[in-house]
Amino acid sequence: MCEDPNLMTMRVGIDMVSVDAVRQSVDEHGARYLKRIYTASELRDCDAPQGIVPERLAARFAAKEATLKVLRPMDEAIPWHTIEVVRHGPGWVTVELSGRAAALAAEAELRNFELSISHEADYASAVVLAS
Amino acid sequence: MTEEIEEIRRIIAEHGRLSVEASELTPDADLYHAGMTSHASVNVMLALEDHFDIEFPDRMLKRSVFESMSAIEEALRELRTETPVSGA
Repeated sequence: MCEDPNLMTMRVGIDMVSVDAVRQSVDEHGARYLKRIYTASELRDCDAPQGIVPERLAARFAAKEATLKVLRPMDEAIPWHTIEVVRHGPGWVTVELSGRAAALAAEAELRNFELSISHEADYASAVVLAS
Repeated sequence: MTEEIEEIRRIIAEHGRLSVEASELTPDADLYHAGMTSHASVNVMLALEDHFDIEFPDRMLKRSVFESMSAIEEALRELRTETPVSGA
């Protein structure tokens, strides 16, 4: 660990999720799965005229997991809703923390979070950088 | 082996997306080491809730609760202790 106070802390997290696994979860558990994991805002962003889009859900789940890897909770419950992916138009997304997730970030002196998500037919992935 | 462990094993086999056969695991075997992802653990949790008619509170949604069949059995026991049977 670097002890130089002039160097800022930086952490990175990455995750990949099977789109098929998410599709199966929606099929098997429906609203219980959706409401347990995703915020109302996230669900709106994942909706389309043909219905909920599993690829978008998978990308958001990957983003939550990547954020957890940045936050590094010890064996502690971090509710899924306290890590929210926010879409800014069609162009980019950010991650917003609340509750215990925000507290963990504050304890680690992480103030800036950057998120990138991507998906194809089979897999979705996310990378989070925090400093 | 308790009957409940076998019920948990069946749910894990169906929802855990393990890379090994659930039937080969001991009750204390680490399910994450056996290939269960965080996303699969959500499905296991929801299936456990359906099967045992319980609900995992937020405070129990952590890795250690779902890391083995024994840990899940202990969590179920804890939930039943906390939740009074309706109509009792």
